Order: sequence, then structure tokens, then C-alpha cells
Amino acid sequence: MSDETASHHDKAAEEAQMRAVWATPGGWRYWTSVNNTQVGLWYGSAAFAFMLFAGLLALVVRAQLAVPENDLISANLYNQAFTLHGTVMMFLFAVPIFEAVAIFLLPSMLGARELPFPRLGAFGFWSFFIGGVFVCGSIFFGAAPSAGWFMYPPLATSEQAGIGADIWLLGLSFIEVASIAAAVELIVGIMKCRAPGMRVNLMPLFAWYLLIVAGMILFAFPPLIAGDLLFEMQRMFDWPFFDHTRGGDPLLWQHLFWIFGHPEVYIIFLPAIALLAMIIPTFAGRPIVGYSWIVLAAVGTGFLSFGLWVHHMFATGLPQISLAFFSAASTAVAIPTGVQIFVFIATMLAGRVVFSTPMLFAIGGLAIFVMGGLTGVMVALAPFDWQAHDTYFIVAHLHYVLIGGMLFPVFAGLYYYYPLIGGKHMSDRVGRFAFWMMFSGLNITFFPMHIAGLRGMPRRVYTYPADIGWDWLNLVSTMGAAVIGIGMFAVVVDVTLHRRNAPRGERNPWNAGTLEWLNEPEENWGVRSIPRIESRYPLWDQKTLAQEVNAGEWYLADAREGRRETLVTSVLDAEPEQVLRVGGTSYVTIVSAVTLGTVFVALTFKWWIVSLAAGIAFLCAVLWWLWTGTGEIPEKEEKDIGRGLSLPIYVSGVKSAGWWAMFITMTGDGTAFASLVFGYFFFWTIHADFTGGLAGPGMFWPLAALALFALSWGATLAAREFNRRGGIAYARILLLSGALLTLAASAAGLAGPWAHAMDPTAHVYPAIVWILVIWVAVHGALGFIMQLYCLARSLAGRLTARHDMDLHNVTLYWHFMLVTAGVTFIVVGLFPEAI
Amino acid sequence: MAVGDAHPLQHLTGDNLSVQRPCRAAVTLLIAVALGACSGRQSALDPAGEEASQVAQLFWVMTLGGALIWAGVIALALYASRWKPHAVSDKAAGRLILWAGAVFPVTVLTALLTYGLWLMPSLRPFAQQQAASLTIDITGNQFWWHVVYRLPDGSEVVSANELRLPVGQRVEFALRSADMIHSFWIPPLGGKMDMIPGRTNRLSLMANRTGTFRGQCAEFCGTSHAWMALPTVVMPADQFEAWLIARKAPSPGLVADDAGARLFLGQKCGSCHRVQGIAAEGKAGPDLSHVGSRLSLGAGLLENDIENMARFVSHSGFLKPGSQMPFYLTLSETERSDLSRWLKGLQ
Repeated sequence: MSDETASHHDKAAEEAQMRAVWATPGGWRYWTSVNNTQVGLWYGSAAFAFMLFAGLLALVVRAQLAVPENDLISANLYNQAFTLHGTVMMFLFAVPIFEAVAIFLLPSMLGARELPFPRLGAFGFWSFFIGGVFVCGSIFFGAAPSAGWFMYPPLATSEQAGIGADIWLLGLSFIEVASIAAAVELIVGIMKCRAPGMRVNLMPLFAWYLLIVAGMILFAFPPLIAGDLLFEMQRMFDWPFFDHTRGGDPLLWQHLFWIFGHPEVYIIFLPAIALLAMIIPTFAGRPIVGYSWIVLAAVGTGFLSFGLWVHHMFATGLPQISLAFFSAASTAVAIPTGVQIFVFIATMLAGRVVFSTPMLFAIGGLAIFVMGGLTGVMVALAPFDWQAHDTYFIVAHLHYVLIGGMLFPVFAGLYYYYPLIGGKHMSDRVGRFAFWMMFSGLNITFFPMHIAGLRGMPRRVYTYPADIGWDWLNLVSTMGAAVIGIGMFAVVVDVTLHRRNAPRGERNPWNAGTLEWLNEPEENWGVRSIPRIESRYPLWDQKTLAQEVNAGEWYLADAREGRRETLVTSVLDAEPEQVLRVGGTSYVTIVSAVTLGTVFVALTFKWWIVSLAAGIAFLCAVLWWLWTGTGEIPEKEEKDIGRGLSLPIYVSGVKSAGWWAMFITMTGDGTAFASLVFGYFFFWTIHADFTGGLAGPGMFWPLAALALFALSWGATLAAREFNRRGGIAYARILLLSGALLTLAASAAGLAGPWAHAMDPTAHVYPAIVWILVIWVAVHGALGFIMQLYCLARSLAGRLTARHDMDLHNVTLYWHFMLVTAGVTFIVVGLFPEAI
Repeated sequence: MAVGDAHPLQHLTGDNLSVQRPCRAAVTLLIAVALGACSGRQSALDPAGEEASQVAQLFWVMTLGGALIWAGVIALALYASRWKPHAVSDKAAGRLILWAGAVFPVTVLTALLTYGLWLMPSLRPFAQQQAASLTIDITGNQFWWHVVYRLPDGSEVVSANELRLPVGQRVEFALRSADMIHSFWIPPLGGKMDMIPGRTNRLSLMANRTGTFRGQCAEFCGTSHAWMALPTVVMPADQFEAWLIARKAPSPGLVADDAGARLFLGQKCGSCHRVQGIAAEGKAGPDLSHVGSRLSLGAGLLENDIENMARFVSHSGFLKPGSQMPFYLTLSETERSDLSRWLKGLQ
């Protein structure tokens, strides 16, 4: 046997072993897979199915409005239908579809095997799926939310809203958990799991955009979660956050909702632009023109999007100076958007464009989106918005923006990336037919709505009189909706039927330049070996790369230890740092999602015992997951990844993926907390005496609680240091005393409002104080569990002086805990004394 | 653009559509559709008030500019993707991003924003001290409007579900809500303002031509949000004065000793509705003192005639789902007709 055949044999054995390690489980165990390829596909299919469901609801809505004074469906069912249409499209389609696409594409695009936390991704999917089915299913019981997708109190807090409001609040909170889980996963994946050499300025634009969007999710969703918490406390326990008769204010919800809601629009829009930023260079046959322009513009859009929320509240009677400020900010966001559009036009101008089906959807989407953007500038001006607000003009505007800026790019992406799913193309002819049906259908549907709105038709009316001049406009809109439906149906048929008999295409059918086209649809491992990247379009510029990667000539070409592994690289320069072992196939993700789902569903129906039991089961599942699946001490320190490079397997502290995940999660958590503090000061600003003459929690208990939390934080920090230096016994003692201090601190925190008999149902002041101290106490309970967890790990020999990842992450949690406790107790204890 | 002239397709059947001159007819039709499309008693583009006129003008400026920009961008995109003879240099493409993507929007938006912000203080001068001759308190309810005219002499006139305004005078509105968030909006006169529980929002409007218009609640407020309209009549100032003075007293058509009146009181209608001149002081429902003279019943729901009055009394919750008013199905045919004739008589 020659050397060459021997090495050939080695390679074949290596490949077989890697295939076994990354294999998708068979039979019904298929659903326990956590690999990004399966999870991404499930996620995308579920989001697509929810979109079709919401589309059917839209057809029902349009059928009802086809003629004046129609009695096809009742007012109540109509109100449920439009509420669910908006809710499902926004929360179950527009955001999740990008999490899906990102989970599916990112690893191969970044040259990684997997995202860093595959089980977290799978958990997020199952949470999303359970929550989505729960929310959608409600309409079949006539119990769907019916107060509009932004759920304004007092309508949504009133008894008229029924259980639908609880389904909305709890079902969507559950889904928001999934979104945040995905955001953590994507941020860490993009920052730490890129192929060696892929410096930030070589990152594919899709990764840039997703990084920005995941960051936005982290700051935009928590205010809504905080709002949901206040809302549900009012609905369940009558705490008067939005009840003006007891010091609350319905406008606080509008602020919290739109601080989420407007960035949400860009959270939906930016990933769609990201798809175009991948598609257009491919079909222009050249790199994007103005890479730094488009990245800066995307970052700018992300930042600006947080300063626009009041333009949803121009008619609420805010001072004109705020209106002027938010008018200016709202028009300003058109500038980075314009830059992004002209980057695409410039790229096409400087290239030779192949006008494929994806390009048809891209250009068509652009035409629609620009129209929506221009009407967006119109409504950004407060005087015009006073007329247009809450009318069909807005309905038209938002559909032009979302269909042009999101739906069409998604279809472009579907046609472009479909070959990555099973190696087959979608039908070009069906695609063009579907495009023209949808394009004409949407203009027929939504263009007349501009006119209907200006002729005075408010949105959310279940019917209208015949003699105002809205009748023919609505009839045309309804006919257009049917045309869109035909186009959509054509795509569904194409996706589901065509797939079976289509011929297999080539590997890189569009001759694209980015790494995801190395992908082998039949393999689960992302990339056969992880290459070093020198260009933004490696497949164009590094001619032999594809061959080398597939031959396993690059890094980490083996799975000799039988573990799923991927490379961790440095944040800016993507220099290799670590071989990360990621979680494999497991039930624990489904069990965790089902138990957490049960908590939310049981709360909806006020089944307290079930909810408590499910909560305990969830906690056990998560602890089991962490105990068995994370922070494992490897059998050797380093692994040889080929080409003379050897990397550590276990890393703790700031270099580890887990540390970043904790940091990012706690940033989101801190944002939710900041939203509650915002609520406290909001009530202070709207009332002359915001305590309502009621007693506060005093100074003693809050300051005592703060001191105890500070001691517990110190104990945790000291435990980490002692442990690192080998003082294991001291570390254990410190952890135990830290845990006891935490219990005392949480109790002292709750003692403040308790000792002063603050009744949270009496007035908003006691209610907001209670919610803040409860927030801290719940975080204290988590901190307590973490301290004991570290103690147990140490006693079980799973945490040593060298392998102290858990202790690092828990200390990081405690830094945030200290800030949370500090802000809370200074605000509730000292602030009332200072005014 | 006449009130109610809403159906542009009716021009198709008109005499002016000449078969011999298809071109001219097409142009006529287009103009008719364009104008017809803007008209209507609830249209923001058929203004009858100061604010609405200026905003309509702003709208046309922006629409024209927007259409030009849209056409330019799309033409450029098509040129770049399909029509261009050969690729341009990277440098030229980069310049396009700078000038068309950044400099152009900054310039246009700055100009537009300046125009828009300059309009704002004059459109809604409620922040300034001024002697509005008339203040009207309007309170939104599910799904009707409580209207109180506050006269300069301190007296007040209570009404509901209809608004009367003098032409050429600035009127100040104090907007409140009794339950949900509503939004006060009469498109031909001006933009909307929300009515939020616990707050009083102020808005001032000035009508500049007479006519009958239709306002409508613009913020989703519950099941029958669709049926919360506010018919609005702009009258010459002297007629308005006379109308107000007449509303200070009980309706001249009020016959206190009538079968209808007895039924009204006997069925406890007075515990929710007020009728000046008899012992009916209810506040939970609309004031009915002069209900017979209103343009519509049920806040724009039905034409105001005796038959509809009878229908509304017995079937309000059916005609207007979610309405707080109970069904009065137990009334006999005669009783219904007595009651509705009496109510219709409250002119």
C-alpha cells in the first residue's frame, strides 16, 4: 500500500466517523435533533405555515370588507381575525423566519460546523412552535385576542378583552423568550465562531446584518416583556399600572410597546435587506460596491430605529416639541435606508446582471418597498400623520413596507437558497408566475387603500356604510387579495410538490462567492473542514478552496473523539482560540420547552398548581441540561486541528462562548429591568405626588437588602479567586455563605413593602415598588440556585481550579445582580426621601 | 365636488362620455376619477377647514415629489439591472451611492421637514393663549359621543352623537374618554386627536365652509368601533347661534303627557338617558333632549326616522354589537311605535 492510498483510506475513515458523529437521528427520534440544518428547516417551515394561516385570516378579513354592511362574519370574529392576522404575521412569521434562515445558513456561511449552542436553538424552536400553535389555535375556540395587535389598555385590560388578551400576553411572552434565545445564539455565533481569518471587515453582509438585528432584539424585546409583565399583573391580580383611577396611565403601555414595536419593524426589514445583499452581488457577478457604506448604514438604521417610537403616538396629545423631535428622527431614518438601496443599484450598475427569478423578486420588492418608504416619510411628518394615523393609508403604507421590504426579499431568498435544502432548484416558470401574481395582486389590494384612508376610512372597522365612497375601493382591494392568494398558492405547490421530481442541480448553481455554497445538502456537518479565509468572496478569490475544504485538507477535519466540535475564534480578527464541543441530539430541549410552555398555558387559565408543578419540572430539566451538557471537563487539554495548530478544548472566562452568552442574556435582562425603572419614573413625572400619599418601603429594609446583596456578590467573587488559586475549601465555604446571604437579601428586599403594608392593588405607587423588589427577589433566587450549583459542581469534581467556567459565568451574573439590586433599592428606598 | 358625490364610476353612464371622442372621454374620465376619488363627506382631501386645507396641500406636494422620486429610483434600478449597455466603473458606482443615496435624501428631507415643522404651530394653536369664542367638551364612550357646548356666558348645551359648528370661527375642543381610548376625527376639518382615559387633550379647529360632514372614531375601541361616527354640520354663524339658543330649552315638540313619554319613564329609559323637561337625568347613555332633530341615530348608524327609531329601541345590541343598551324586545308593536313617535317628536 502506497502512502497515498493509506492517506486516502485515513481520509475516508475520518469522513465516515465525522458523518456518524453528526448523524441525524432516525425514526421518531428525528425530532430530538438539535443540528442547525434540521432546526433551521423546522423553524422556517413552521414560520411559513403560520404565515399561510395569517394569510388566510387576511382573506377572511378582505371577504368581509368586500361590500358595505356585509354580514359574512360577526364583528367579534372580525376583530379576532385582524388581531390575529397582525400578531401572527409579526411575531410568528416576520421575526422567526429570519431566526430560521440565520440558524440554517449562518454556520456554513461563517465556515463553522454549528452555532455555539445548538440545544438552545432547538429549545427556542420548540418554544416558538408550542407558543405559536397555542396563540393560533385560540381562534377555533372563539377565544383569540381581539383588541388589535398592539393591545392598548384599557380595552385590552378590560373584561371585554376576555381570555384572548391573556393568550396574547402569555403566548407571546413565551415566543419572545425564544427570540431572545435565538439572539444570544446568533450574536455569540457571529462573534466567536467565524472561520479563521474572517476578520470583521471580511464578514458576509448577511452576518453583519444579523449581528445588528440580534443586538436590536436584545434591546427591543425586553421592554415588551416588561410591559407584558405589568399588563398581566393588572389582568390577573388587579395591580393598576394602566388604570388612571388609581394612578396608572394607559400611555405607559404605548411607550413600552412602541419602544419595542418600532425597532421591530427594522428587526424585520434589515435581515431581508441582508438577503438582498447576498443575492445581488451573486447575480451582478461582482463584489458589493460600498461594503463599508452598507454596513455603516445598517448600524445607523439600527440605532435610529430606537428613537422613532413616538411617531406611533403623534395623536396622543404629546407636546409639540416632542412631535417635532420624533418627526425629525423619523424622516432621518430614510437616509441610511436610501444608502442601502443605492448600494444595491450601484452594485448592479457596476456588474453584469443575470435577471433570474430571485432577482425578479428582489427588484420587484425594491419597487414596492421604495413606495412604502416614501409614504413612510409622508407619515413621519406629524401634521400629515394627524390625518393619516389609524386609517387605511397606514394599512397601505405598512403593507407596502413589509411586503416590499420583507416578504419579497424572503421569496427571493427562498428561490436563491432553495438548492441548499435538498440540492434541487425550484421551478423558474412557477416562480415568475407567482411573482407577477403577487406583484400585481399586492398593488391591486393595497394601492386603493391609500385612497380609502384619505377618504376617511379608519382601520379596524368590521364594516362600513355604503354612501361614503369606500365601497368600490374595498371591492378592488378584495379582488387583489385573491390574486395574491393565487400567487402564494403557486409557491406552496412548487415547494411541496415540485421538490420530489425535480432533478438534482449542481453544488453552486448561481456561481456565488460566499462559503455557504460549499455546503453539501446531504451532510450535517456544515463544512467538511474549516478553511482560512482571505477574502469577502472566498469561492471567487480562493480558487482551490472548495476542493481543499471538501477533501478535508483544512482545520478540524476529524471527529476522532466522537464529539461534535467547532472552532472558536477571536472577536475582531477571527484568530483560532479554542475547539468548542457543542451539544448533540437530546430530549432535554423538548422537555424544557414543553414544561415551560405548560407554565404559560396553565397561567392563562389560572391553573396555579399545574403552573407551579410545570415550573419546577422546567427548572429540573434546565438544571439537568446544564449539569450533563455544559462545562464538561475534557479528557485532554488540547486538540490537534491540523496544519500544525493545536487548540485548547476548555476555556473559561471572557474567551469562552458561555461567558458571552451570559453577558448577552444579562444585557437583555438588564434592559427589561431598565424598562421597569422607566415605568417608576414615568409615574413620577405624570403625577404631582406620585406616591398617592401612601407609605413607601422606608429606608432600612431596602438598604439592608442592598448591603446583603453586596456581601453575597463579594462572597461569589472571592470564591472564584480562591478556587482559581486552589483554595477549594474556602471557595466552597464562600459559596455556601453567599447563598445564605442571598436568601437573607431577597427576604430583606421583600420586607420593605411588606413591613409598610403596601397594598399593590390600591395605587400604582405600591404596585411599581412591589414589582421592582419582586424582580430583584426572583433574580436573587436565580443567583442562589447558581451559587449552590457551583458548590455542587465543585463537590462533584466537575469544577476545579483549572476548569472553573461555571464559576466565571456565575460571577458575571452576580455583577449584573449587584447593579440590579443597587438601582432598585436606591430608587425605592432613597428616591422618595430625596423628593 | 359635491357632498356625497362619491361614486366615480357613475361618470361612465353619464352623457358626457362620447363614443366619437374616446381620447377626450378617457381624459375626462381620468380627471373625474381623480377628483371623485378625493371627494366625500369624510375625505381629508376635500377640505372644509383650516388644518385640513393645509395638510391636503402638504399631501399633494409630497405625493408629487414622492412619485417623481419613485419613478427615478425604479428607472435607475431597471437601467442598472436590465438596460445599461455596459458596466460602469466602481468609482462611478461609488459616487452614485454618495450623491443619490446620501446627499440627495439629506437635502430633500431637510427641506420637507422644515416645511412640515413650520406648519405645526399655526395648525394647532391650542398652546397659545387665545379667546376661543366657543369650547366644546367631547367625551368618547363605547360607542357614542357626549357633546357639551360651553358658551362664553358660562351656560352650556348638552347634546350627543352630532356636532354643529359655526363657519369661520375657531372652536376649542376638550377631549376626554369615559372608558376606552377613542380618537376624535373629522377628516374634512382636520387631523385627529386621541381621547385617553384620565387625560384631557385639547384641539382647535376652524371650519372654512359650510356643509355636512362625517367624523368617526379612529382608535379601535371595541366591538362596534366601526359604528362610532360623528355627523358634523358646519353652519353660518347666525344659524348656529339660533340653533344653540333653541337647544338651551326643552324641545318644543316635547309632549310630557303622552303614551311615549310614559313608556320612556316606565321602562326606566331615564336612568341612562337625559331628556330636558321631564324627569330623565341619566348620564350613562346619550342625551336625547332633541334626538328627533338629529341627522342620524346610533352615532351615524341609521337614518333618523320613526321606523329606525323603533328598530334601534328593540334591537340596539344587534344593530350595534357590544352596545351597552339592553334589548327591548318585550315592547309590543304599539308601544314601540308610541315610543319612537314620541322620541322622533323631540325636534
